[in-house]
Amino acid sequence: MASTPPVDPNGSTATQGIDFPAVQRSHEFQRLRSTHRSFVFPLAVAFLVWYLLYVVLAIYAPDFMSTRVVGNVNLGLILGLLQFVTTFGITAAYVSFANRKLDPQATALREDLESTSGHRADDHQEARP
Amino acid sequence: MIAVPAVSTPAVHLAETATSTVGNPAINISIFLAFVLVTLVVVIRASKSTATAADYYAGGRSFSGTQNGLAIAGDYLSAASFLGIVGAIALQGYDGFLYSIGFFVAWLVALLLIAEPLRNTGKFTMADVLSFRLRQRPVRVAASISTLAVTFFYLLAQMAGAGALVSLLLGIGSRAGQSLVIVIVGVIMIVYVLVGGMKGTTWVQIIKACLLVSGVAVMTVWILALFGFNFSAVLGAAVETNNNPAMLEPGLKYGVSEISKLDFISLGLALVLGAAGLPHVLMRFYTVPTAKEARKSVVWAITLIGLFYLFTLVLGFGAAALIGADRIKGAPGGVNSAAPLLAYELGGSILMGLIAAVAFATILAVVAGLAITASASFAHDIYTSVIKKGTSDPRQELRVAKTTVVVIGLISIAGGIGAQGQNVAFLVALAFAVAASANLPTILYSLYWKRFTTRGAVLSMYGGLIISVVLIIFSPVMSGSETSMIPTADFAIYPLSNPGIISIPASFLLGFLGSLSERRPEDPRKQSEMEVRSLTGVGAEKAVSH
Repeated sequence: MASTPPVDPNGSTATQGIDFPAVQRSHEFQRLRSTHRSFVFPLAVAFLVWYLLYVVLAIYAPDFMSTRVVGNVNLGLILGLLQFVTTFGITAAYVSFANRKLDPQATALREDLESTSGHRADDHQEARP
Repeated sequence: MIAVPAVSTPAVHLAETATSTVGNPAINISIFLAFVLVTLVVVIRASKSTATAADYYAGGRSFSGTQNGLAIAGDYLSAASFLGIVGAIALQGYDGFLYSIGFFVAWLVALLLIAEPLRNTGKFTMADVLSFRLRQRPVRVAASISTLAVTFFYLLAQMAGAGALVSLLLGIGSRAGQSLVIVIVGVIMIVYVLVGGMKGTTWVQIIKACLLVSGVAVMTVWILALFGFNFSAVLGAAVETNNNPAMLEPGLKYGVSEISKLDFISLGLALVLGAAGLPHVLMRFYTVPTAKEARKSVVWAITLIGLFYLFTLVLGFGAAALIGADRIKGAPGGVNSAAPLLAYELGGSILMGLIAAVAFATILAVVAGLAITASASFAHDIYTSVIKKGTSDPRQELRVAKTTVVVIGLISIAGGIGAQGQNVAFLVALAFAVAASANLPTILYSLYWKRFTTRGAVLSMYGGLIISVVLIIFSPVMSGSETSMIPTADFAIYPLSNPGIISIPASFLLGFLGSLSERRPEDPRKQSEMEVRSLTGVGAEKAVSH
């Protein structure tokens, strides 16, 4: 286990020598950041809106939700089950996105940083193949 | 974990009903003891490699995503989740189902926004992340206080739930008998955590999650088989048994007035935003070696939790169809007895005994998970980082953590005995609302908003904590109605029973305004470091190799 540095409990010895502000400004990092945010934020807003819409419908439009669809199964039940479907769906979509788009970028950056940490850290902008 | 109607005083029901015990207490106890024995062996074996703080708090960060996912499900699906949701659906039909949806959808917040950056930037506790780029002392103290507050109310609810369950499952109706059981549950929990640390606790969670989900799956298939695998027929039978067509439609519980409608929206908000702010859930993300494993564990957790809630839909309507609301309400343990009664109806004493053991295991595992979170938060955030200013050696910190477990254990035993027959929903809703108000805004701001400051964090955390607790104290949960904790008094100025609709936006606003009005600027390099680390995982704590 890495010993805890006395002053900064979050500090890690592996990151000494990395110029984080420069990394943050770098093209590679900005690309990773916008890839992450442009996927995650809209999706988070979408599922919250869809969930709240469902809650509001259930409580303010009970007649609509009580519409029978198949046998004893009504629209409310189907919309509720659809919440499960979308949650599973969003999970699958995020995982596949993260594996395809986020991980390669993040791994390249991390390996780059770890190999340069301790040395001069301003050559991280070289893109890895 | 679920805010479902109170466990009404079981002793009263016991006296009234002829069937004071269901199933065979001897079978229930022996299955329960077998579980305790097996898990103790596992815990003792796991403890052989618990040496360092990373071992004790984070299980050496050596759990796989799959194992951790099972453990998260074990942590999340508490006794109230199992017994409470089945009971709520059995009695309130469709409105009970709304709970499951909130608790389930909430996991997307954790998956999309929190799990991976948290694993990349933190070490042991929630405060590690929150104080990363802000001033250590005030933020750590605030985060630790809100962690202790959430876990305390959660613990009380679990302990009180344990007492209530006993009346039904083991046939112990007297207050003294139930108190004794709470003491036993508390002591076993202390032993688990002291001996096994996070590793032992995680194994207890894993075993419990497997038992719980497979037990519920078996019952689901059983019920569906009884109705020719036609879910519509289960619904039809539920309506027929209770002679109440409204149970398939929304509004049975929450549709009665404009206030109750708002109350439901408030509850829905607290549920969906509370889960990702629960400290014991957040801490689980540190037990895996990498952010990718953290992601995998959330996917496993979502799969299991989703399946579980789908099963409880069948169980709930099945209980309504096969047993009926009146018999459930009349049984000892009231609404919470629906699941065990259903097990008895289906498989007699043996299945009932198994389900009883699973219910106990559930409480034990959740309580152990909560205790380890609270002890880590106190030892790591308050003792080491604030009192000792980071100079304590890991041995000292570990000793403090273990002492904290004993203290928390004793407090929760005392609290559980005091809270017997109390409104469990009150305690659990408070824990969720506090988590959503005090923790979530600060977590999101510190991960995603560059201009967030110490002042914003401190205002948001204390503000969220105080507003949510004060609103609950002045709500109908506390006084002013027959089901209140203090039914004889009436100081319920706030009409809703859940504070979320006010306290959550207020806390977001406080964090925003506090940051804008900050005069002491934060270190911009820390912000850069946190953002780079959160997305790339550079410098993240590695697994401990043994």
